[in-house]
Amino acid sequence: MLFMYALTGVGLFFIGLYTLIIHVNLLRKILALNIMGCGVFLVLISLAMRSGYSSPDPVPHAMVITGIVVTVSATALALVLMLKVLEMTGKAELYDEEEV
Amino acid sequence: MMQFVITLPWAILLILFPLTGAIISFLWPTQSNKVGLVTVSFVLISVTFLAFSIIEHGVYHHAIGGWGSPLGIDLYADGLSLLMLLMTALVGLGVSVYATGYFSAEQSPRFWPLWLFVIAALNALFLSADIFNYYVTLELIGLAAVSLTAFGKSREAYSAAMRYLLATLLGSLLYLLGVVLLYHGFGSVDIATLSERCESTPILWAALTLISAGLLLKTALFPLHFWLPSAHASAPAPVSAILSALIVKSSFYIFLRLWLTIFGPLSEGAVENMFGLLGAIAVLWGSFQALRQTRLKLLIAYSTVAQIGYLFLAFSLAMSGAVVAWNAVVYLAFTHALAKSAMFLVSGNILYFGGHDRIMNLDRIAQHLPITTTAFALAGVSIIGLPPSGGFIGKWFLLEAALVQEQWGFVAILLIGSLLTAAYIFKVVSHAFTQSSLPHDSRPIPAHMEWAALLLAFAAILLGFFSSSILSVVGIGYPFELNGVKP
Amino acid sequence: MIVDKKKGIKRMTRLLLIVLLSLLAAALGYVILTLPKSAVNLQELVAHNVATSGVSNPVTAVLLNFRAYDTFLEMVVLLVAMLGVWSIKEVPIEPITDIRNPVLDTLSGLLVPFLILFSAYLLWVGAHAPGGAFQAGSVLGAALVLLLLSGRQPFLAFQGLYLHFTLVASTALFTSIALFTLLVTGELLKYPLAQADTIIFILESIATISIGLTLALLFFGIYAKQKEKQ
Repeated sequence: MLFMYALTGVGLFFIGLYTLIIHVNLLRKILALNIMGCGVFLVLISLAMRSGYSSPDPVPHAMVITGIVVTVSATALALVLMLKVLEMTGKAELYDEEEV
Repeated sequence: MMQFVITLPWAILLILFPLTGAIISFLWPTQSNKVGLVTVSFVLISVTFLAFSIIEHGVYHHAIGGWGSPLGIDLYADGLSLLMLLMTALVGLGVSVYATGYFSAEQSPRFWPLWLFVIAALNALFLSADIFNYYVTLELIGLAAVSLTAFGKSREAYSAAMRYLLATLLGSLLYLLGVVLLYHGFGSVDIATLSERCESTPILWAALTLISAGLLLKTALFPLHFWLPSAHASAPAPVSAILSALIVKSSFYIFLRLWLTIFGPLSEGAVENMFGLLGAIAVLWGSFQALRQTRLKLLIAYSTVAQIGYLFLAFSLAMSGAVVAWNAVVYLAFTHALAKSAMFLVSGNILYFGGHDRIMNLDRIAQHLPITTTAFALAGVSIIGLPPSGGFIGKWFLLEAALVQEQWGFVAILLIGSLLTAAYIFKVVSHAFTQSSLPHDSRPIPAHMEWAALLLAFAAILLGFFSSSILSVVGIGYPFELNGVKP
Repeated sequence: MIVDKKKGIKRMTRLLLIVLLSLLAAALGYVILTLPKSAVNLQELVAHNVATSGVSNPVTAVLLNFRAYDTFLEMVVLLVAMLGVWSIKEVPIEPITDIRNPVLDTLSGLLVPFLILFSAYLLWVGAHAPGGAFQAGSVLGAALVLLLLSGRQPFLAFQGLYLHFTLVASTALFTSIALFTLLVTGELLKYPLAQADTIIFILESIATISIGLTLALLFFGIYAKQKEKQ
């Protein structure tokens, strides 16, 4: 049963990766990264109940808390940057300058 | 007295000093320049004392919180970490001196906290012995670096920063998934414990793939280098120096360390050859692209892509236990940091002076800014790999390793790479002596900005003279013995 | 015609990418399934040492004692994100106050006091049950965000240096404790046994306030309007 959650985590990770690569809109890319993060955390947590005790292994839980805080900080920075790009170029997309 | 001073915990102070400095410069914005310079000087002094301590007493090892691995996190410093720390401190000092002149009074209070946090995170990374701790430090470096890149304030800078942020976050997530697999496969996130427990199972190889993908994206190895040229070129000059010299080396260091302790001993040969091949393509592609550029900062950025390729050639060449290839890597990383930061500072000077960085219109820079031109020339000597610079020593070691193993392909790559590098360096230097066809106003440059660039470039050349002492320091703790065991 | 061809190529690349990623996902899933149903990990070590850590909740013990260094760096990550947002968004901003939403008004009036209390509860209970600084900090941040959304100005009391101080408070505190433990016990972040629970509680309290404020300010960086030129 645990492994079902882990496989779901893997699935989320790759769905997020596909969206990150394909979609042009920056907001979708940022959301895709968040989904990938959720996938990683799901894998981390779901496999933490394998040591035969009645409660799960606390170290992955601590790691996920750290990871969530880091992801939230990164998302906030990404959103502010996206708004700045939107303000400067009029579209929420990566600006590709033709290299001469 | 000296004995007592050496036994102070300099490694820990290397992390705590910059953190304190960053907090103080945040709370005291008007004095941020002075606080920054004092902090970076402290960092250099601490690294020097740490070096004395390691040379005398051997590898530095500290269990944080007293718990010891694998329960707690360990700090570990051998010769390799020490050299990376020294690199950070030296480049840090040069860039900091430059930055005091470069940034305006409104930008400085925003720059110094971020930059000092970068130094703290770099030191924490080079001293850490825990792969999850590596993740946190990588994120810290990444977020601070992106914020610094956005100081460019232009449309290109924000877009480049956005692309950089997306790439670095993707790299971190790939790396983290690899760490997750390693933890669940082998029950620890401590490097020493992992190097003992790891076996050649599918989990290990999946973890290697993910971790490599993540770290190579962050180190901008071909073909994952797409984010680097725009980010390094559109950032302000001191930030470009930090990015090219230090930040790409940090993820490379993690990759090297994990390879030497966990993955390398269990690997057969196919993986190394793949890295060598990618490195070779990076050298050729990066140098070729650099030659094509019309703007100086983009040329220097593509040069970074090429030089990073050299670092990965060593993975192929070190397969038969040739330690000289790893020594080459260390030398190349260190001298590249010094030379490349000097080059970016030079480009900053040229931009400051003339308002643009088009190579065709450099307008007799050699006459107006002789110190700056000399700095570029010296840095160029090291990047090409001409004697007697540090870059020459690094490339010579690689050549030696390739000749001994009769890897003629690599010999060819090294020679062609040097030729292409010489071509684009000379392209810039030659235009420095020609008169521009477009008239423009010029601004005088503060002396310390020019001297910072020159001294960094000079240091890159100086490294060529001290190879034996540097190599004996690097060897402390035997980082390159692929027996995978750590104390 | 050319547009159709371009669309065709795009569709091809998308399909190729889907196939490639599905193969990778399947491979990774297979690798994960090869993991044994029971395994050795750090749980036993943690259970063995929890008694001397100062708290009884093993997750809090890991976060604030065994791997406190990671938490330390994580506080710095939050602070750096804050600095980054400030350096990008340098136009003077102020909260949006002209919101006329009765649902939001009533809801925030009811929820915010409750959330603040709940955050304090989470902070206290973290020592022996699921909870702790990060959870409490998030709830506190949510309360402040709710205030911002309903058009109020929660930062009036925090201006200039006070704001700066509160933001760096947890990082500064952590650094001071790090230096302190270094001087007293010779090892970084090694809490003296008798004071471990007090140190952890103080760290968590300041961290809660800093995290809540930082999260709210990160949100404020996005949901604000330009200050009127007086």
